[in-house]
Amino acid sequence: MKVKMWGVRGSIPAPGPRTVRYGGNTTCIEVRGDDDSLIILDAGTGIFPLAQSLLERMPIEANIFITHTHWDHIQGLPFFVPIHVSGNRVRIHGAYDIVSMQGIEQVMSVQLQYSYFPIREAEIKARVEYVTLTGGVAVSIGAVAVTPVLMNHPVTEFGYRVECNGKALFFTGDHEPWLNIYAPGEEGHDEYQAMVEQRQAELEAAIGAVDLLIVDAAYTQEEYPRKVGWGHGSFASAIALGRRTGARRVLCTHHEPTRGDDELEKVFAEALARHPDSGCEVLLAREGLEIEL
Amino acid sequence: MAQLSPELERRLTAAVDRMPAFPKSVQTILEMTRSANCLPKNLVGVIEKDPVMTLKILRVVNSAYYGLPNKIGSVGQSVVYLGINTIKNLALSFAAVGILPRFGTAGFDVQRYLLHSLTVGSVARLLSEKYARAEADPADCYVAGLLHDFGKVVFAQFMSAEFVLALSIAAQTQKALHVAETEVIGVDHACVGALLARKWQFGESLVDCIRDHHALDLEPTPMLDCLRMADAICRKHAFGDSGNPWREEEPAHLPLRFGGMEAVVAALGDLSKHVEDARAFAQIGAEG
Repeated sequence: MKVKMWGVRGSIPAPGPRTVRYGGNTTCIEVRGDDDSLIILDAGTGIFPLAQSLLERMPIEANIFITHTHWDHIQGLPFFVPIHVSGNRVRIHGAYDIVSMQGIEQVMSVQLQYSYFPIREAEIKARVEYVTLTGGVAVSIGAVAVTPVLMNHPVTEFGYRVECNGKALFFTGDHEPWLNIYAPGEEGHDEYQAMVEQRQAELEAAIGAVDLLIVDAAYTQEEYPRKVGWGHGSFASAIALGRRTGARRVLCTHHEPTRGDDELEKVFAEALARHPDSGCEVLLAREGLEIEL
Repeated sequence: MAQLSPELERRLTAAVDRMPAFPKSVQTILEMTRSANCLPKNLVGVIEKDPVMTLKILRVVNSAYYGLPNKIGSVGQSVVYLGINTIKNLALSFAAVGILPRFGTAGFDVQRYLLHSLTVGSVARLLSEKYARAEADPADCYVAGLLHDFGKVVFAQFMSAEFVLALSIAAQTQKALHVAETEVIGVDHACVGALLARKWQFGESLVDCIRDHHALDLEPTPMLDCLRMADAICRKHAFGDSGNPWREEEPAHLPLRFGGMEAVVAALGDLSKHVEDARAFAQIGAEG
């Protein structure tokens, strides 16, 4: 399996001279199975340069797995050029949204409205199909199996375990470790704490031991207390998840849009220094980074 | 378990979709959510007091979409799985349906029903902590108490003519309401509540409690023991009114684990805080 990072920025694109080395595009990851099956994790703005790389290989068959429907994970979809070319086949997978009561097809129908985009959904030329996933139920794409796992974010969110011929990666999407909503000593604290611990254990079992854990590490330890409940992790929580699940490598992503390259390297180095015993290789995601499992 | 006709099942399910929540929770949720910083524990504290909101949330979270490893039985647990923002937005969508009127066309007092449900839930939780620790989960017992009679609200809201008749037969003949319901409607509130709970994939223990809370001849589970005892205590003390004009004496089959009614009431101590909390939420004063 091969992995290539096309977008590593969180929340909003951050182009400019301060982000040249790590990149300003929002989340998009290309995964190639051993049989060259194309799996795309999230459709942030990073999917646009990925689409450019696919033009010479058309017709293509692509399976896009959306972790959740916040803008920075879907806004590249209308610009995924293969959907505008006949002969291509694109399947878009994602979670059912229980608040809007719609399946994953809403990611396209919401964006391709007259006020927001010049092309209507009916005018798309490729064959586009939508697959609303069930948590824990794997989908086979050629030699690759993709299993959705419910995560913790302010909207329904699936992380994905991707496996091929004995190699595995897990992508958390945006994820904040569960916290107790009650303070110690408050009524309900112990009951809630037991549920949080059970949930964490279920997640770690679902992730399993992977060769690569791509994980939301938006904040530093100092920043996190002011961002509690926003749905993101920190370098510390990312490294801890890697250690507890026995991941071989941890790839920290979803970089803060305000953080320039120099600062990103600085805070990452500090995080590594604080966690010398992670037991795994911890890396910083950057656009263009390729990893072979 | 008895079966509902497909037509009746369709009618009742659609009815629950349209069922408004209780005034206090709707008002409080609308107020709380004006601030983006509303505390999750405060939101949970309101939602879990409203039987309509609770059952709608359990229905959504137990739906097949998320493939959760276990059945979700409480609002707090729903927050752990779906996140507070999703639960908040669900609660807002339920609040937008409107407010349950105190007296619908059946003349059934839903606020006294709410007081009864809340106190049964609270007492069932206390009983499980005191008498069935390690056998029954306190949060599950609370939800069983809160939802055990929700079939009555379904009847009152959407089969009001039949329910009025059942209430009147029960009052005139001193029959238990569930017996009169079966005579008039063909099923009682326990059966309808359980059928809907099963359809919505609630946990088996909750479905069983709702179904069997009047079936005194069945061998009870620890959770059902706590629910029945709580129901008996609340009836004896007239905490709220479940619409049942028939007042049983101390049930013949009080679960053995509790000893007698007096001993249990003494062991539970002062219940006034729980009752006052429930009154405040149900918006019923002490005279109500």
